[in-house]
Amino acid sequence: MTRATPKSWYWAGFRAGVPFLLVVVPFAILFGVLAAELGLTPVQTIAFSSVVFAGASQFAALQLMAENAPILIVIATALAVNLRMAMYSASLAVWIGKAPFWTRALAAYVNVDQSYAVSINLYEDRPELTLSERVAFFFGAVSPVCPMWVAATGLGLWIGDAIPEWMALDFAVPICFLAIIAPMLRSLAHVVAALTSIMLALALSGLPYNLGLLVAALVAMAVGAQVEVLMARRAKP
Amino acid sequence: MTDAYIWTIIIVLGIGTYLIRLSFLGLIGGRDLPEWVLRHLRYTAVAVLPGLVAPLVLWPDATGGEVDPARLAAALVTFGVGMATRNAILAILAGGATLYALLWMLAGY
Repeated sequence: MTRATPKSWYWAGFRAGVPFLLVVVPFAILFGVLAAELGLTPVQTIAFSSVVFAGASQFAALQLMAENAPILIVIATALAVNLRMAMYSASLAVWIGKAPFWTRALAAYVNVDQSYAVSINLYEDRPELTLSERVAFFFGAVSPVCPMWVAATGLGLWIGDAIPEWMALDFAVPICFLAIIAPMLRSLAHVVAALTSIMLALALSGLPYNLGLLVAALVAMAVGAQVEVLMARRAKP
Repeated sequence: MTDAYIWTIIIVLGIGTYLIRLSFLGLIGGRDLPEWVLRHLRYTAVAVLPGLVAPLVLWPDATGGEVDPARLAAALVTFGVGMATRNAILAILAGGATLYALLWMLAGY
């Protein structure tokens, strides 16, 4: 058997990344449509998608901007949505931490949920892969997603006005988020964290400066972590 | 909404998000996070997103903040299908179909 080259691992990653376009493209189009509706210019909208490059936080920021929330609250809440990426960063570092700094710096910029997930799955299944093969696969997996995220945002800007009223686009964001959240509820701790977040966000919705969501999120995070500890303790004989 | 407001958010959020992504990858050799930090990070997405969505589902702007049966039902169907199938696309399609079907039926009244 001939040894696979890093180049073939790049294409293996690419093939693993293509199916994610089914989620990424509609989501990016929607972002373009909503940003334009809110009054962002095309340059601002494209800059948003290419500079921030993190879908869920972009929608969270857009929603708060529509509510005229203060800058600090918009940024803090959207960053809270992205905190999970510190965890991705830590677990990727275990596998590609020995790559040159600029490689890691670029990997950090393009790292998104889906490419992270397929890469880590592969690394764990095939621990014998070399560093360059791992890096090649990772960049392969992000290659279809990255340009299409920005391009589809542009498409959204362009078709925005053509979307008729009856399509009730206002509800596309809640539906997308619910569809993302539901599969995440893998354990009791996740469910309890989500319920805490919902109840507190509703109860605190009257707080000034849209602070309610941020407080709800921080408490829900701590509750999730605490439930996990309790469950682990109970599972022990 | 001023240009300064929009650009500040884009740039600061972009830098902040990048620093979060770079955090551990940027460290030489990559170090492990303490377990209690990882434990909290595992719940960030489920701690923020449900709280963001809940008011949008219960008090949608489109109906002036009144509970809307079509939107509420669509949300429940999306969530239910997402839980049952673990498939985000299927959940979105089911939720969208519910929303349009109910909006169309309720428009008759």
